[in-house]
Amino acid sequence: MTFYRELIKGLWRENPIFRLVLGMCPTLAVTTSVENSLGMGMATLFVLVCSNLVVSLLRNLIPAKVRIPCFIVVIATFVTIVDLFMNAFAHALHGSLGLFIPLIVVNCVILGRAEAFASKHALWLSLADGIGMGLGFTLGLAALGACRELLGAGSLTVWGDIKWALEGYEPFLLAILAPGGFIALGCLLGVMNHVQSRLAARSGRHVTPPQHLDCRHCVMCRFGK
Amino acid sequence: MNPQADPRFVVSPSPHVHSGVTVRRIMLDVVIAMLPALAVALWFFGWNALRLVSACVVGCVAVEWLCRRGMRRDIGVTDLSAVVTGMLLAFNLPPTLPTWMAVVGCAVAVGLGKQVFGGIGYNPFNPALVGRVALTISFPVAMTRWTPWRVPSPLSIEAVTTATPLGAVKTALSSGEPMPYAFDGRTLLDFFLGNQNGCLGEVSAAALLLGAAYLLARGWISWHIPVTYVGTVALLAAAVRATDPAHSIPVAAHLVTGGLMLGALYMATDMVTSPMTKRGHLVFGAGCGVLTFVIRQWGGYPEGVSFSILLMNACTPLINRYTRPRVFGHGGRSPARKTTA
Repeated sequence: MTFYRELIKGLWRENPIFRLVLGMCPTLAVTTSVENSLGMGMATLFVLVCSNLVVSLLRNLIPAKVRIPCFIVVIATFVTIVDLFMNAFAHALHGSLGLFIPLIVVNCVILGRAEAFASKHALWLSLADGIGMGLGFTLGLAALGACRELLGAGSLTVWGDIKWALEGYEPFLLAILAPGGFIALGCLLGVMNHVQSRLAARSGRHVTPPQHLDCRHCVMCRFGK
Repeated sequence: MNPQADPRFVVSPSPHVHSGVTVRRIMLDVVIAMLPALAVALWFFGWNALRLVSACVVGCVAVEWLCRRGMRRDIGVTDLSAVVTGMLLAFNLPPTLPTWMAVVGCAVAVGLGKQVFGGIGYNPFNPALVGRVALTISFPVAMTRWTPWRVPSPLSIEAVTTATPLGAVKTALSSGEPMPYAFDGRTLLDFFLGNQNGCLGEVSAAALLLGAAYLLARGWISWHIPVTYVGTVALLAAAVRATDPAHSIPVAAHLVTGGLMLGALYMATDMVTSPMTKRGHLVFGAGCGVLTFVIRQWGGYPEGVSFSILLMNACTPLINRYTRPRVFGHGGRSPARKTTA
C-alpha cells in the first residue's frame, strides 16, 4: 500500500515539473519536440531510479557532512552510463539533446529525491519513488513537448519515423523558440492549478496553490497586499 | 445619537470624492487621438487598413470577453481598453497580413499580454506590443512582406516602394550598395506626411503628432516620455552621423521613419506599463531611446521600437523602486543639521 502510494505520487500530486517545479533547465530547453522530451525523460528516469537505489543502499554509510558530494558522484556515474549508451545507440537523439545529457548530473529532481527521500527510506520505497518521479517527469516533459511541437511545427514526432503532421499548417514559431517554453510552461501550470482547485471544490476540500506559484508571494507588484 | 443613523455622517472607505474621470473616458480619448493616423492609413492602404483594423478591434474585444467570462470576473469590455489595444495592434501590422494572423495576434495580445495577469491595470507589458512581437517572431515572412504599391500622395508625387525606408537602408548598408534615398528636404517632408511604406499606423508622423497633441491637451500623457525618447534617439543619431556619415542616416530621417513616433507617443506612454513618477518617465524614455537606436544602427532588425519598449516595460518596477519620491517629513536634509554645518 505504501509502495503504491509512493509510486503514484510523482504522477500528479507531487509531479516534479508541475507541483515541485524542479528540473526547469531541461524542461524549458529540450521540450521543442515530443521525441526530445521522451528521450530526456527516459534518460532522467534511468538515472533517477539507479541513483535512488544506490543512495538508499549507502544511506547508513554516507557521512552527513559530505552527503551532497557523495550523491553527485553516484548520480554522475549513471549519467556517464546514459551519455555513452545514448551516443552509441541513439546517436541522432544524443546530438539533438547535446549538452543537456551531461547536465542531468545537476538536475534538481534527482538530487532532490536523493536528499529528501532515498537517503531516509528503505530500498523498496526508494525504488517506487524513483520510478514514480521519473515517470511523472517524463510525462510532464512529453505534455509540454506535445503542446509546443503541435503549435510550433504542426507535427507530433514520437520516435524517428513514427510521426504525424498537420497538412498546410502555418507554424506558430514562437512556441518552439525559447520564450514559447516559458509561456507554455506557465499556461500548463495555470491549467494544473485550475483543475486541482476545481477537483478539490467538488469534493468539498479547501486547497491552496503551492506558495511559490501564488500571486500573493510575488513581490513584483504587491497585488495581494 | 448614533452617528451612523444620521445621513450627514456617511461612513464609507475612501475615495470620498470622485473626479468623474473613468477608464472609459480616457480610452475614448485615446481612440479619438488615433483617428488622424487611422484616416491616413485608410487613405494610403485602403481596403487592407479597414480589414485589419476592424479584425483587430473585433478580435481583441471578443478575446477579452471570452477571457473575463472564462475567469468568472465582471466582463468589463465596455471600458474600451480592448478597442484601444486592437487599434494599436492593427497600427503595428503590415497592410498585407492575412486576417487570421491578426486574430492570432489579438489572442496573444489580450489573452497572454493582459488577462492572464488579471486584466487592465495589472499587465506588466503593453498588450498590443506583446501581440506584435509574438507575430514578428512567429511569422517573420508575413510580418515583413511589404508589397510594391503605388501611392496617391497629397503632394502629387507618385512613388513606388517595396520596403520600409529603414528596411531598405539596412539592406543597402549590409550589402554595400548606395543609399536608396537622398534624404533631402523633399523626401523627408514626404515621409513626415506619411508617404512611405510601413505598418498601418506608423507611416505618418504628422497625423500621430496631431493626435498626441490632443492627448497632451487632455492631460492623459505628459511630455516626459516622448521628449526623452525621441530626444535620446536624435542625440545618438547626431553623434553617430557626425563620426560615421557613410553608415548612418540623418537625424531627421530617424525621427520620421519607422515606428518611433507611434511608439514614443502612444505605446511608451501607456499609463499601466510606464513608471509612476516624472523622474521615472525620464529614465524610461531615455532607456527606450538608447535601445531603439542600438537596434536600428547595429542590430539585426531594421526597427527596434517594439522590442525596446517591451524591454523597458520589464524594467518599470525597478525604475519605480529607485525613483520613489521622498515622503514629506522623512529623509532629506533637516534644518537643524543645516544650521550646525
